[in-house]
Amino acid sequence: MKYIDEYRDGEVAGRLLEGLRLATKKKLKFMEVCGSHTVAIFKSGIRDLLPDNISLVSGPGCPVCVTPAEDIDRAVLMARLPGVALATFGDMIRVPGTKTSLQKARAEGADVRVVYSPFDALKLAQSEPSLKVVFFAAGFETTSPAVAATLGRAVESGLENFFIFSVHKTIPAAMRALLDTPELSIDGFLCPGHVSTIIGTRPYLFIAEEYGRPAVVSGFEPVDILQSTLMMARQVEEGRPAVEIQYKRAVSEDGNPKAVEVLYRYFEPSDSNWRGIAVIPGTGLKLREQYSRFDAEKVFDVRPGEPHEPKGCSCGQVLQGIKTPPECKLFGRACTPENPVGACMVSYEGSCAAYYKYGRR
Amino acid sequence: MCVGIPGKVVKIDGRMATVEVGGAERDIALDLLDGVGIGDYVIAHAGFAIHKVDEDEAIKTLEVLRELMEAMGEDGGPCTL
Repeated sequence: MKYIDEYRDGEVAGRLLEGLRLATKKKLKFMEVCGSHTVAIFKSGIRDLLPDNISLVSGPGCPVCVTPAEDIDRAVLMARLPGVALATFGDMIRVPGTKTSLQKARAEGADVRVVYSPFDALKLAQSEPSLKVVFFAAGFETTSPAVAATLGRAVESGLENFFIFSVHKTIPAAMRALLDTPELSIDGFLCPGHVSTIIGTRPYLFIAEEYGRPAVVSGFEPVDILQSTLMMARQVEEGRPAVEIQYKRAVSEDGNPKAVEVLYRYFEPSDSNWRGIAVIPGTGLKLREQYSRFDAEKVFDVRPGEPHEPKGCSCGQVLQGIKTPPECKLFGRACTPENPVGACMVSYEGSCAAYYKYGRR
Repeated sequence: MCVGIPGKVVKIDGRMATVEVGGAERDIALDLLDGVGIGDYVIAHAGFAIHKVDEDEAIKTLEVLRELMEAMGEDGGPCTL
């Protein structure tokens, strides 16, 4: 029990763990699908403290990790076009494409700019009218409304040199696909924190109503995660699957309806390729037809070659909780945070990076 | 990273707010959140306010997230402030 003393609320954590031990004898496997939960769980070491019959598995909650090689390849080609600057979130630049990454392309002269907000990309386009600015739009529902709102401003001001390359994904339909994969044996979901701030809890109702499993929206502290796990265990034991909110201070049932409205004003669902997993229908976001003039994939005709994943990389299985990072042949040997081979090691929210940092003793 | 950070609104100019977190000020857009006033605490992500919180909730969340962010390093993910 060496980590309990390190918790801010050690006593509370202790009581929650005791509650978990008493809650059920059933063997249960719960999955989280939020990169920040991945890090919080690894950092706190609570996996080791859970009773033997309860396990917490990391799923594909890291938007960086699930961006396929061909999208990176496309972004690199766009960045290399004369007169084009590719603006991107920082954590995307080291993700390996088929042959190279945005960071390496930048070192070779491609115009790649790291931004903290899509708004910064917009401001760049406004300040340099002769530069074509493509924003490489990655992220789940916490981020995509911000991109939509930014596009809204571009539309309002009639900007002609601002484009969006959307690789956005949405979570609920991916959760359904994971539930439909019987070998994963998921008994319940820890639902993402800030994605839920935006979408509320109704998108998760199908988990309880159609699949009869618990879904609890959790905060990021160890005690939040423990409490959420306890809530799920109790639901299963008492036979009352439901969607519950543990993270009450940031999440309501309604979410942020304005953000959702803005998002779907400019984007619509599409099919999306989840790196190493599969194309999951309805889990992508693409620009609506009437905004095609802002759609980088339509405006810039780039043709990446045949994509392929790095040899020996088990990211796809790690992302589905089928393998743990140490079960990948490359983990800690050919693949480390300093020299990452796969996306799960590149992103600090990736399971492999988190395990490398916190899991090795 | 989809982790939003809470901050206090100290100035509003149309659709832009100036939000203060631990002494640092950041411009945050209000396109996604109505009814924000000066003195309110908001959670912001990728440069946009997405949720209003109470002051004590904000302070608690900030503490938790600071630890998490220190752990993750400052690599320029879609962090807010």
